[in-house]
Amino acid sequence: MTITRRKALSIGLGGIAFAAMPGLSTAATMDELTAAFTGGATPGAGNITLTAPEIAENGNTVPVAVDAPGAVAIMLLASGNPEPAVATFTFGPAAGRQFAATRIRLAKTQDVIAMAKMADGSIVQAQATVKVTIGGCGG
Amino acid sequence: MITRREFLQASLAASAIYGASGFGNWSRLAAQQALSQDQLLQFDDFGNLTLIHITDIHAQMKPIWFREPEWNIGVGAAKGQPPHVVGRAFQDMFKIAPASPEAYALTYEDFAALGRTYGRMGGMDRVATVVKAIRAARPDSILLDGGDTWQGSMTSLLTKGQDCVNVMNALGVEAMTSHWEWTLGTERVKEIVEALPFPFLGANIFDAEWDEPAFEPYKIFEKAGLRIAVIGQAFPYMPIANPGWMFPEYSFGIREERMQEVVDEVRAEGVDLVVCLSHNGFDVDKKMAARVTGIDVILTGHTHDAIPEPVLVGQTILIASGSHGKFVSRVDLDVRDGKMMGFRHKLIPIFSDVITPDPDMAALIDAERAPFKAQLEEQLGTTESLLYRRGNFQGTWDDLICDAVRSERDVQIALSPGVRWGASLLPGDAITREDIHNVTSMTYGQVYRTEMTGETIKTVLEDVADNIFNPDPYYQQGGDMVRIGGMGFACDVSKPIGERISDMVLLETSEAIDAAKSYTVGGWASVNEGTEGPQIWDVVEAHIRKLGTVRLDPNPSVTVTGI
Repeated sequence: MTITRRKALSIGLGGIAFAAMPGLSTAATMDELTAAFTGGATPGAGNITLTAPEIAENGNTVPVAVDAPGAVAIMLLASGNPEPAVATFTFGPAAGRQFAATRIRLAKTQDVIAMAKMADGSIVQAQATVKVTIGGCGG
Repeated sequence: MITRREFLQASLAASAIYGASGFGNWSRLAAQQALSQDQLLQFDDFGNLTLIHITDIHAQMKPIWFREPEWNIGVGAAKGQPPHVVGRAFQDMFKIAPASPEAYALTYEDFAALGRTYGRMGGMDRVATVVKAIRAARPDSILLDGGDTWQGSMTSLLTKGQDCVNVMNALGVEAMTSHWEWTLGTERVKEIVEALPFPFLGANIFDAEWDEPAFEPYKIFEKAGLRIAVIGQAFPYMPIANPGWMFPEYSFGIREERMQEVVDEVRAEGVDLVVCLSHNGFDVDKKMAARVTGIDVILTGHTHDAIPEPVLVGQTILIASGSHGKFVSRVDLDVRDGKMMGFRHKLIPIFSDVITPDPDMAALIDAERAPFKAQLEEQLGTTESLLYRRGNFQGTWDDLICDAVRSERDVQIALSPGVRWGASLLPGDAITREDIHNVTSMTYGQVYRTEMTGETIKTVLEDVADNIFNPDPYYQQGGDMVRIGGMGFACDVSKPIGERISDMVLLETSEAIDAAKSYTVGGWASVNEGTEGPQIWDVVEAHIRKLGTVRLDPNPSVTVTGI
């Protein structure tokens, strides 16, 4: 995983604990991952911004960023990958900003989904379609 | 804010002057006498600031033929909206008389006959005359180049863009943005940019490693007591549509949130006007205009559309100035109290037989060509058919190119990229080496020879079709459909990716393409590093020399539905 210098700084200052997902399970499904994160709460729309390219310049390293003010945790999923779990970021009370950025590998065109858990247990969700294309014919 | 009256004044130059004229009744001479430079340039000055926009010249320094598309299918909300209106429907929409000079300049019908009547279009020496005239009338003006300037001719290839750079510097461009410029490679782009007397803008060009802005995002001009921010937006899909290995240091993308951030930044600085000099493509700009607030004018490029009137999206006007030097847009603005109060616009057609060349610019262009003149002008054959490229599917130039690839590289199927650049030739024209370069010139023109399964070929076609016909403009890259030789197919543009392409057939045997079977395939303009093969212009030249006279039959190999 590559964290940009600026993002690394903001992560450092915010005191964010970062945990990669693989420990959760092997190839958990989207539904299982969602259920485990939300605890059954229905995700709403709202105070969460997912930034991802419309078309990936390189499907092997796609920059994505999630900003969810007030979140205690953010989960990032790649719905079309063999292993949809990408990462879960948790934020302690000293975090200055609830923001996370990383680069992910996408096997094919798919929806990238970000969910944020608020202090009261409510969930907000954002998603973006990222196209992975063979390209080559721009005029 | 924008009155209906001002909007109505925003029509193509000649249309107020000329009504219907009988098809084919005018000789070239009559046309010259009837259409005058004064009439083409006539403009009632308006407001206090003028923007002059030219874009997608594709290195065409000399006047050319350029046939506008017969097919420009709009999908989703763009269906039936400019620029997705062609031919007679376009003429009706903008009240252009059939066979008039405007019909010739803006639509494809009767192109060969009207071309003989009205002559070639463009030429940077004619553009220089127009720019000088506008500047004389409007000292408070800004000349902006939308990019795709340094690529598309033999001279630009041989000089690595330098001939175009010299010409645009002499023209007095004040800022530009970019696309094909990058196919010269990072090192050459940097070398040119360091010497440019104006900024090379791109708010969406980022350092690929650090994800930080890498080029100047905007420039603030001070004219007429106003402060005008010009924000550059480079072609968003640079490393996808063109070889990313040539400029691996940079990342592009639409970066809508970045555009909003930059607009907010210049607004906070208190500018009076915000202009976006964009290479997004028309539909992408139209969507961006609806989602990013605070842009007054988008000077749009990339998709090569010439639209005689500005298109309004909320409080933003979109100006589409065509390609290949065929048009220059003049946009007069009334800017007061930090607001755009009104505009008057004219898409000025550059009829090369009507507009007097600027002598200094003509001399400069000839000097740039002089070292290569013999190579450029060598006649290789003649065409009996109209040769053109532009259009969503096929095109006679590409039929000829695909024939050349199949014959010279001994393959069953040929692929040719659906780029929108490339000048036309009329029946009876000689074909020179320069003419071949005008439709092939690039830094990655190697013709590969490989094998692909039927399934792979379908995947390629589906992928490219989705870049054009995805109903969300942000997923459109702005080219046309890949051209194919030796194979037919059907395309339902209304379907999603994976379901548009059907009825693939190998033409020589009329057999259906078998997904599991391998076919020999030749093509050019691969974005992959290390592609090997002869250059496409040499392949086409060899083919034309053998033919002597080019004669192309109508190509019925593609069936399009879902329009």
